Amino acid sequence: MKDMTDIDTGPLLRVEGLAKYYGSRVGCEAVSFDLHPGEVMGIVGESGSGKTTLLNCLAGHLAPDRGHVLFDRAGRMVDTVTMSEPERRMLSRTEWAFVHQHAHEGLRMNVSAGGNVGERLMGLGARHYGNIREQAVDWLGRVEIAEDRVDDRPTAFSGGMRQRLQIARNLVTGPRLVFMDEPTGGLDVSVQARLLDLLRGLVREMGLSAIIVTHDLAVVRLLADRLMVMKSGQVVETGLTDQVLDDPQHEYTQLLVSSVLQV
Amino acid sequence: MSAEQISGEYNFAYLDEQTKRMIRRALLKGLAIPGYQVPFASREMPMPYGWGTGGVQISAAIMVPEDRFKVIDQGADDTTNAVSIRRFFEKVAQVETTEKTTEATVIQTRHRIPERDLTEGQVLVYQVPIPEPLRFLEPSEVETRKMHALEEYGLMHVKLYEDIARHGEIATSYAYPVKVEGRYVMDPSPIPKFDNPKLEMSGIQLFGAGREQRIYAIPPHTQVVSLDFEDYPFQRMKAPQCCDLCGAGESYLDEVITDDAGGRMYVCSDTDFCRERREAGHVGALGVAEDAA
Ligand SMILES: [Zn+2]
Repeated sequence: MKDMTDIDTGPLLRVEGLAKYYGSRVGCEAVSFDLHPGEVMGIVGESGSGKTTLLNCLAGHLAPDRGHVLFDRAGRMVDTVTMSEPERRMLSRTEWAFVHQHAHEGLRMNVSAGGNVGERLMGLGARHYGNIREQAVDWLGRVEIAEDRVDDRPTAFSGGMRQRLQIARNLVTGPRLVFMDEPTGGLDVSVQARLLDLLRGLVREMGLSAIIVTHDLAVVRLLADRLMVMKSGQVVETGLTDQVLDDPQHEYTQLLVSSVLQV
Repeated sequence: MSAEQISGEYNFAYLDEQTKRMIRRALLKGLAIPGYQVPFASREMPMPYGWGTGGVQISAAIMVPEDRFKVIDQGADDTTNAVSIRRFFEKVAQVETTEKTTEATVIQTRHRIPERDLTEGQVLVYQVPIPEPLRFLEPSEVETRKMHALEEYGLMHVKLYEDIARHGEIATSYAYPVKVEGRYVMDPSPIPKFDNPKLEMSGIQLFGAGREQRIYAIPPHTQVVSLDFEDYPFQRMKAPQCCDLCGAGESYLDEVITDDAGGRMYVCSDTDFCRERREAGHVGALGVAEDAA
């Protein structure tokens, strides 16, 4: 059996010198890192630190001004910044997934839970209603939504359920890389805990690679293997999660960890 | 509206030549890219949008003095809407008009395809209220255009999925979406899905949406496939009855309430088709033989 951390395994994602400017203001700058298969990277910082801008550049929602975002496709690293829009949109619907902070941005609120989960399958050419529905029900089960809710619209769901539905809708096609923007933001603490638990289970079970942007250190403590700390558009510290949180080197990270900063 | 109110100077078929050229260019583009929605600068017509100004502008742009023009509304030649549009062109183009499908060169229609197969050289002009088949689930015009451009049509099946989830079958019974020549998904306008198989025809089909400023087209002998699922295949669906006037068993029927006591009868929605059959001696259950009448 091959070790997951086999050093021969190349990165799934390689980010090189990524930068995005809003006029003269820095969105994010000089960001470089590798993400390996099965690895979860957390990006933390205050609001305005550039973490959301970075996430949107990585996921192809924003065009960066400089740099490359290379993604492994069948052993070849392809630059998703320069690839054609149809190709990038195809990637977004197949090998990538994006979980929005606000579930309604990632769901179709006027479509049933089953239709929401089935959309990506149908987008990839699934044309057998029975099979699509079966997979939708299976995925609802995996995110702890009862089968008898399959025909209900997300408008009838609680905040936590909506977020779980959004996750199911994203994971149904078995993506290799999931981008998450404050996935637990705005939810009650008890609901957050359940969602985090669920996410941790799915990430492990599916061997997912993920990039999670959050201001909540509890989220990265639980989910992320590695951390990247951002301030004013710059990466100020990176390292293994426990290392960074237990022994922060940069004084900004020290402030974050000591909860002196209200983030 | 009225044709009666139009007075003074106007060009043949009402529109000026420059406007006609603009519309013809859109039509040619539409024919070159079957099912693709071509934007055009819709003009004010002397009638409300709901009366089919998109179709009227197309008819006006393609009409020549030798044309024989027919107008149907839900299959009938004699509704107010059909009569008004026919009168409009009699007045502004002095073209001959007809109720006979076989004799018409241009047929403007709302909500039906004639029962009689159209032949080469005939043109069917549809009045379209909402041209965008993806609009129901995706309100953004920018996004739907991108979806068409990139052939991202999963959403169209989401709509059919929702139908089955809610009704146990594909309940969409009119404006049933089709894929044209294996490429563009298209709304055939609110014709009953019974008519969908007839979208593959020998005639030229032109679609005009006045308010939404879109034109699209299907050239003769183009492949037009109704979307469906493998386990819920497209079904044409037709009332089990026969026409009570002419006895036709294969035509699209309207249910007509005949009295206050709940009496009803089924008659062909295509009035010309029904009359032709009766004239040929066919009699339905409640019909009267022609020679006896
Ligand atoms: Zn009849």
